[in-house]
Amino acid sequence: MKRYIDFYLTSIKIALLEQFQYRAQNYFYMVGVIVEPTIYLVVWTTIARQQGGSVGGYTAGGLAAYYIVWTLVRQMNVVLTPYDWENRIQYGRLSMELMRPIHPIHWDVAYFAGWKFVMVFFWIPIAVVLALIFKPALNPTWWQVLGFFIAIWGAYLVRTMIYEVLGLITLWTTRVSAIFELFFALELILSGRFVPMTLLPTWVQHIAYYLPFQWTFFFPINALVGSPAPAEFLTGLGMQLLWILIGVVIVKTVWHFGIHRFSSVGN
Amino acid sequence: MPTPIIEVSGLSKHYKVPVRQAGLKAATRSLFQRTYNTVKAVDGISFTIQPGEVVGFLGPNGAGKTTTLKMLSGLLYPTGGILNVLGFQPFRRQMDFLSQITLVMGNRSQLSWDLPALDSFELQRAIYAIPRPEFIRTRDEFIDLLELKDLVNKPVRNLSLGERMKMEVIGALLHRPKVLFLDEPTIGLDVTMQRRIRTFVEEYNRHTGATVLLTSHYMADVEALCKRVIVIHNGKLLFDGDLAQLVDRFSAFKTINVTLANGFNSFTQYGEVLNQDSSHVTLRIPREKTPEVTARILAEQQVDDMTVEDPPIEDVIDMVFTQKSAEA
Repeated sequence: MKRYIDFYLTSIKIALLEQFQYRAQNYFYMVGVIVEPTIYLVVWTTIARQQGGSVGGYTAGGLAAYYIVWTLVRQMNVVLTPYDWENRIQYGRLSMELMRPIHPIHWDVAYFAGWKFVMVFFWIPIAVVLALIFKPALNPTWWQVLGFFIAIWGAYLVRTMIYEVLGLITLWTTRVSAIFELFFALELILSGRFVPMTLLPTWVQHIAYYLPFQWTFFFPINALVGSPAPAEFLTGLGMQLLWILIGVVIVKTVWHFGIHRFSSVGN
Repeated sequence: MPTPIIEVSGLSKHYKVPVRQAGLKAATRSLFQRTYNTVKAVDGISFTIQPGEVVGFLGPNGAGKTTTLKMLSGLLYPTGGILNVLGFQPFRRQMDFLSQITLVMGNRSQLSWDLPALDSFELQRAIYAIPRPEFIRTRDEFIDLLELKDLVNKPVRNLSLGERMKMEVIGALLHRPKVLFLDEPTIGLDVTMQRRIRTFVEEYNRHTGATVLLTSHYMADVEALCKRVIVIHNGKLLFDGDLAQLVDRFSAFKTINVTLANGFNSFTQYGEVLNQDSSHVTLRIPREKTPEVTARILAEQQVDDMTVEDPPIEDVIDMVFTQKSAEA
């Protein structure tokens, strides 16, 4: 255990050192990420105003809070994508990582966790500007803040597991873009990324409840912006834990079979 | 006889590769009916390596050298055969196994491009759980040996290829592995850098008793480091033994250099004249005739100096592969 803690802390430090080298790139990346929720925010705020001030229970200020918190959750949700897995295999990086006496997934989790500190540091001024423009209605309790903090790390781990499984498909196909695009469309709709889950038809909400997506976006946002009952919040954390465990089992299984097929191309 | 540290028996790796003719018609047909070829990258090779040995692994491009190294280091799952390294089956990739080996690939990097090598070394320390005092001692010792003290604080991307390679070697050896798989570690380096890396590997082997399996297209690496060589071609083992034996077995000729006391004479009666000027002659003589021809030259010519040499190892290796390709 001590070994893993040391590895995680060192990897986080390496991620911080590397990412601070690329301040401008990280900032432009951040700006790119902000564009998406700003468009959603403008559209839904306009609809809310046209419908007499609210839509699906969200006021303009509520929607502003939802999408500004969305930008933070999005930063926390940045994980190694299947495209990175393609590159990792294509350029032989996986071969070098496989020589280490530690599973490559630990590096992914640790490195992207470290990157988040840089991204959140850059996010703060952007969030302030967005708040000044859109005036969010956000008054969380300390318990909500604490719950949100736990939920965003849970969301990060759930999304890591999903994307690792998708990435591992490259051990068979070398290219995974097509599958990823399909997955991305599902995630956009069923996670609360495009629109708050409560604005979707009830039957879609029922389906989404049993899928992993909403636990990576809607659940943490709602933990801070909404007012979930303690039981509802704890159930959400339970669902995150369940999906992390399911992800671990699937990753281990896919890894076991996939690594036998690995042909170490790109060297 | 100690227990071999590496035991390989009937090791093979076959790839199923899709084959298709060029053109749209063939592309359309391949949608419904795919044809595959089996490529035997490694085809039933066997050898053992004792602890502390430094063995050169030779073969032309595509011979199966790197594939074999990758199987020995646990990167690839073998198609068949028995494989044992340090008492482990490499493809199981157990932590205890991976902690005792290293694989250095001349064209691959494990250092962070953007950071000084010292930061990457720190990550290696955490990965291999090296106790800090031991890590600092080893790191500083290696940095001194390779004379890198002034460079370890520069981002890796600002180093020359040779400097980067030296950093790579340090990073790969910080955990003091017992088995080193070196795949073209000096590729692209100038002669001085090649020599530094060679000397460092030699020192490491002498001090730690580590076993080294080295592939290189630079015969100077092999001659300097390896007493024993294993030669493979088209996935099959051609030769396993002393480097000197390889020359004896595969080189049909020797080279005789003669310096004449009294200037130009004809030497065509002794053998093939490779080079001749007013006072020097270079002859190529069938190996078995060498004693007879040298005796005749000494008796019949006024010789100032004479040397008999084996051909360069590059020529011998080239001869082996050319000969085997022609047979195939």
